[in-house]
Amino acid sequence: MTAGVDLGQPQAQSVRSDEDVVRVRQLVRTVAVAVKLSLVDQTKVVTAASELARNTLVYGGGGTVEVTTVDNGRRKGVRIVFADSGPGIADLDMALTDGYTTGGGLGLGLSGSRRLVDEFEIETSAETGTRITVTKWSR
Amino acid sequence: MERVPILKIGDILLVSIQLDMSDQTAVQLQDDLAERIVATGCHGVIIDITALDIVDSFVGRMLSTIASISKVLDAETVVVGMRPAVAITLVELGLSLNGIRTALNVERGMELIAAARADELDYQLDDDPDAETATP
Repeated sequence: MTAGVDLGQPQAQSVRSDEDVVRVRQLVRTVAVAVKLSLVDQTKVVTAASELARNTLVYGGGGTVEVTTVDNGRRKGVRIVFADSGPGIADLDMALTDGYTTGGGLGLGLSGSRRLVDEFEIETSAETGTRITVTKWSR
Repeated sequence: MERVPILKIGDILLVSIQLDMSDQTAVQLQDDLAERIVATGCHGVIIDITALDIVDSFVGRMLSTIASISKVLDAETVVVGMRPAVAITLVELGLSLNGIRTALNVERGMELIAAARADELDYQLDDDPDAETATP
């Protein structure tokens, strides 16, 4: 389990259309500003959220995104959970490789967004779908 | 679905993206621009992304595709106004924006297009045997 105590209620956004991906970006930006991430860190976490929310929609067939503020006593941060009940990721190692795609994209979504955040966890199976948790801490 | 307006200024098409685009809006812009390049015969496209908070891989790919399409249609594309935080994030994401010319602002972008156009016309002139005999 990732370190840090949850603060407040998570804010949820369902992801059913590409307009919802825009809403996820806006929600994550609002929370990132609230926990006082630097401008570069805000940009990084919003970009990562955009990539992962699009994956939830395109590969997971839609799902939900939950955004929470976290505090580990020293720093605040934003934690985002992307969950879908899609087919799961068959080959996780390949999926985390730059340039690998099964969907005709650039293959940077998973691998690239992992580089943009501080913590990145992924659980996936054919039965339960895919759940990705990312955290970005303030400096 | 919202649409991004395309302005014609002289020989240049100017697109200033002022909204957080959905993927569908981005694809629509790509199609609209190709159509406007052919309809107007413009030789330059400037895409101003000053107002964009982020450029993710989808928008990055759209910018590359627009640059490639306009090249085929005899127009030069310049992306201007990228924020520093966006540039840092793009590099870390691993996106290289292949084939895209960039400039710091619209003015520099226009200069770049004018220079590229002048080079190209010079080159065509040098290539033309009639033009050569005409010069003493």
